[in-house]
Amino acid sequence: MNLTQRPDIVRPTRKGMPATIWLWAAPILFLAAFYMLPVASIFGLAGRTALNEGLTFNIWLKVLRPLGFTVWQASLSTVLTLVIGLPAAYLFARFEFKGKAFLRVLSTLPFILPTVVVAASFNALLGPNGWINQWLMSIFQLESAPLLFVNSLWAILIAHVFYNTSVVIRVVGSAWEQMDARLEQAARVMGASPIKALREVTLPLLRPAIVSAALLVFIFDFTSFGVILLLGGPRFSTLEVEIYIQTLQMLNLPLAGLLSLIQLVCTLLLTILYARINQQKAIPMPPRVRGEGKRKAKGWQEKAFVGISIVVLVILLVAPLAALGLRSIMWLDGGQNAGSQDFTLTYYRALFENPRQSIFFVPPIEAIRNSMIYAASTVGITLALGFLIAYALRERNPANRLMDGLLMLPMGTSAVTLGLGFILVFHNPYLGRTNFPWMVPVAHSLVALPFMVRTLQPAIASIPESYRQAAAVMGASPLRVWLEVDLPILSRAVVVGCVFAFTISLGEFGATTFLSRPEYPTMPVAIFAFLSRPGATNYGQALAMATILMAVCAIGIWIVERLQISETRSF
Amino acid sequence: MVNKVMWIIFVGVLVLGLSACAAPQPSEADVPQELTVMTHDSFSASEGLIAQFEQENNLKVVFLKSGDTGSVLNRAILSKNAPLADVLYGVDNTFLTRALDADIFESYTSPALEQVADEYQLDDQNRVTPVDYGDVCINYDKAYFAEKELAVPQSLDDLLKPEYKGLLVIENPATSSPGLAFMLATVAEYGADGYLDFWKALRENEVAVVNNWDTAYYTNFSASTGKGQQPMVVSYGSSPPVEVVYASQPLDDAPTASLVGKNMCFRQIEFVGILKGSKNINAAQKFIDFMLSKPFQEDLPLQMFVFPVNPEAQLPEVFVKYAQIPASPARLDSQMISENREIWIDAWTEVVLK
Repeated sequence: MNLTQRPDIVRPTRKGMPATIWLWAAPILFLAAFYMLPVASIFGLAGRTALNEGLTFNIWLKVLRPLGFTVWQASLSTVLTLVIGLPAAYLFARFEFKGKAFLRVLSTLPFILPTVVVAASFNALLGPNGWINQWLMSIFQLESAPLLFVNSLWAILIAHVFYNTSVVIRVVGSAWEQMDARLEQAARVMGASPIKALREVTLPLLRPAIVSAALLVFIFDFTSFGVILLLGGPRFSTLEVEIYIQTLQMLNLPLAGLLSLIQLVCTLLLTILYARINQQKAIPMPPRVRGEGKRKAKGWQEKAFVGISIVVLVILLVAPLAALGLRSIMWLDGGQNAGSQDFTLTYYRALFENPRQSIFFVPPIEAIRNSMIYAASTVGITLALGFLIAYALRERNPANRLMDGLLMLPMGTSAVTLGLGFILVFHNPYLGRTNFPWMVPVAHSLVALPFMVRTLQPAIASIPESYRQAAAVMGASPLRVWLEVDLPILSRAVVVGCVFAFTISLGEFGATTFLSRPEYPTMPVAIFAFLSRPGATNYGQALAMATILMAVCAIGIWIVERLQISETRSF
Repeated sequence: MVNKVMWIIFVGVLVLGLSACAAPQPSEADVPQELTVMTHDSFSASEGLIAQFEQENNLKVVFLKSGDTGSVLNRAILSKNAPLADVLYGVDNTFLTRALDADIFESYTSPALEQVADEYQLDDQNRVTPVDYGDVCINYDKAYFAEKELAVPQSLDDLLKPEYKGLLVIENPATSSPGLAFMLATVAEYGADGYLDFWKALRENEVAVVNNWDTAYYTNFSASTGKGQQPMVVSYGSSPPVEVVYASQPLDDAPTASLVGKNMCFRQIEFVGILKGSKNINAAQKFIDFMLSKPFQEDLPLQMFVFPVNPEAQLPEVFVKYAQIPASPARLDSQMISENREIWIDAWTEVVLK
């Protein structure tokens, strides 16, 4: 029995729905003003320059080779991320174990970390002089490091898995939790093997969520910049890296514009493909009470699965984070304490000092405050727009499919292109003074919005229309129906979307460097500033700031998840 | 439950409102005239100095930072028709011709320019004024060379010797400004026809290449906190004193030093200019005079780790002690750099990376 082929529960279509147009109004205005206008102005400029100066470059070297490698590494990374992420999603959706809430928060953290910091902690672990190589060398009495990790394709792939596993855990995990466990149980009772139940019941039901997650992960890998630059090294070049080089180093805007355009077209093709695959209507599934399908692992197979999954997650996701935190409280240079591994808070203290009276000194509290304000604004903007869009997308028509694709484009747009576009359009003497602080959360929202929509949309689609009808028949106003039927069912998805928006904003660096004002730096901007100078104190401060960033993010996620738990208890 | 939802929405709205209010609201009356200075992320100065300048001239200086030198210049060129700032500081000699060709600067001959040596004045129309210079040099790990009883390389040619096999890490000139500067030094030494032969040989001598300065210095270089594998790194002539200044525990000596043989270092000169279309030319000129004044020039080394062009400015002690200034740094005509940057980098990429 294939559930997706079951005749769909009939949803009455309301004829001539003008409401969809109204739902689209605000999102379209937002995207037109803050995405299409800046990007179009950059393309316009690139096009004009190309007409004036002509295009002279080697297409194979500058376009096709990076494009080929970009697709190759993104495909490999996405497959690997799913291989690690799907069992992890199953783990979180179906099993109870000690420290689950903690592991869940930790597995989201990689998502926010600036790549400079991730590269540093990967090096501390896996570099030629990293802890693992030193340990292997001392055990096996080796002369040189046995693991050559940095500047290899593996470094790129593993870093992408590190970054994006949380996307799969969150997107697929929440759909899995939402799924009625009795469906699997029924299949098993009727004699299906676990594999068969998975293949014929679970996976078809989860397919929309898996495809969504795979698309998000693929686009993230496709436009990956820092990982390629810092961990892959100079022998690997993706479109995004090439755009950066052409824009900022070669000042070759026509070529950068062409590369950006190719990247955008690829993103658009992907979303069209996605829409094709997911064309079937989602099956409305009655909402489940939280924790209903969860249990402790029973039998050796389940216990082994839970144990192995936790170990893999800890090694892959938690170990680099722990290495980072640990290094921030250890002496980094020689001097009086050389050799001894004494712990120290020197680098944290240094964050509060301004020994050279620099005019640009920003106390860490202020950087944290700036980051929090930007992140909260991003959550607000994406939540409001995300709800409108997700409801608008319930109608299936060609116009909606087009909009659905357009929505993903900001993710496939290089931060450099977007940042320059903002400057071109909004840094205008007639619009007021330079550098508006609101541009930062607006740019972050463009990236976070697809995540919000991708998490809200399947949840909204899964609400059985009969619930709303029942409430309406019993006399509830539309607002009341929304507040008491839709919202409680959606609370899980809302939390997931908010966590994504919050973490994307906290960790975003590329566009922020263009848009943030020196007096309002965010935490990643502050980390980057420390890393651009020699000296143990600077490096130590960068590590300390990155550790604070992780802590702030962990607390934020934890609070949001708390809200959700209390929410569903009263449900 | 509904209350709780409303409460969350209320908090959200409140945060949004607060963040909107957090934006500064300049009051209308009696504000000092504003002078906007566009610069790169590395710019820094003492708070007191800027405050004094503001007070003396009844000005409010607003700094606008946007990435590295390349992105600042890009930003200025893109917004040429409606300039974002009055003054642009940070264009260096590798980008100079590009900036001059884009015609974004007004000429201004500061009286303070008289003292500045001719070698730093690269525009005869004074559309840009030199402020400081710094050398991109190879730093080496003093402890490593002492322990192995290895002599330090005296020339670029020396780097090809077998005893230095695998000991040097450099940055990709396509993605890093010190990487580009070092490649330009080899062009200055061997010429546009010969530099690739040097790089072929250096590749055979197992030079390590990474994309940016942070990775080279903090991951690969053996004298930094990363305790990496290469005891030589392309960095700055000012890095050894900065290591001392920013050590987390007091050091008796700098752990690193620079190699300053002929054409081993490339000299970067940074310029300031008044942007065309500035409504504030008078104040902008005052700011340029201020940047060349002795107090600002003496503030430069410890704020930005560069050297003053004003010969009257005294260097701080830590610079005198640990910074080596090369006697014959590599130089290239900025016109030539501008015309060939892309060609040289592409050819380099084919030889060294493919």
